[in-house]
Amino acid sequence: MIALSDFLILGALLFSLSVAGIFINRKNIIILLMCIELMLLAVNLNFIAFSHFSGDISGQIFVFFILTVAAAEAAIGLAILVALFRNLHTINVSKLDSLKG
Amino acid sequence: MEQIIFYCFAATLLFASTMVITVRNPVRAALFLILAFFTSAGIWLLLEAEFLALTLVLVYVGAVMVLFLFVVMMLDIDLAPLQEGFTKYLPLGILVAALITIEMIAVLGASHFGLDIVSSPVPHPEGYSNTKEIGLLLYTVYVYPFEIASVILTVAIVAAITLTLRKKTSKTQDISQQIKVRREDRVRLVKMDAVKKQDSDQESQS
Repeated sequence: MIALSDFLILGALLFSLSVAGIFINRKNIIILLMCIELMLLAVNLNFIAFSHFSGDISGQIFVFFILTVAAAEAAIGLAILVALFRNLHTINVSKLDSLKG
Repeated sequence: MEQIIFYCFAATLLFASTMVITVRNPVRAALFLILAFFTSAGIWLLLEAEFLALTLVLVYVGAVMVLFLFVVMMLDIDLAPLQEGFTKYLPLGILVAALITIEMIAVLGASHFGLDIVSSPVPHPEGYSNTKEIGLLLYTVYVYPFEIASVILTVAIVAAITLTLRKKTSKTQDISQQIKVRREDRVRLVKMDAVKKQDSDQESQS
């Protein structure tokens, strides 16, 4: 049988891989968005694993809402990306300094 | 058998996500991300979350990743400057990722969540419907968050369309033009009879 810890460790590995992806791809905003999607996937895996092992289906409802919000986030993020590319002709994160932050 | 499937799927998922973060071409990264989503849908099926597994395939592989692919292919990206600092930040990234992994395994490992502590649940009987259970809970207890989720989706579609509309085609008001407008510009008076004259009608009436 598969233990709960196996699923949790898989989620942890996935999460840390996406954190490493954010570190090493800090110039490419498309890959950054993909890494955020991977992070949400890892969190969802944890939710579903706990929901399965504790016999409470509310965790799956939570995953449903996370999926909804993640879809909205991806749509708006890509729209911002397209608007950005039209104005600056690049998606390099280091060029996005017009706010002088 | 379940274990073999789980470990194969876990290996595929980790391989796919490693490729997502290391591959140079964003199109390939998107394709590997599709593989990662598909594989994790399989893992969710092992966890008896059938509805969410199918939702993941439909919504993510079918819609979100196609959106990603559209955008990646539509933009003409110069890839060379985007790869700067890849090797520079690689040691730091690996260090942070390894630390996170070690910490999480220390907390979530087999000593706290192993099979002898959290026993595997009894499989559901035949005829059990995951979708029905989720629906029963979603439309009763969680109906208010459900409505809010639909509002969030509406806001997302409005925001996405507004952000990508070109300036020339967007519908904006020019206040000074609206004030400056005169009656003659807008109203055209046309003299005409209320009823169209027809010879046969007039004859019959007279």
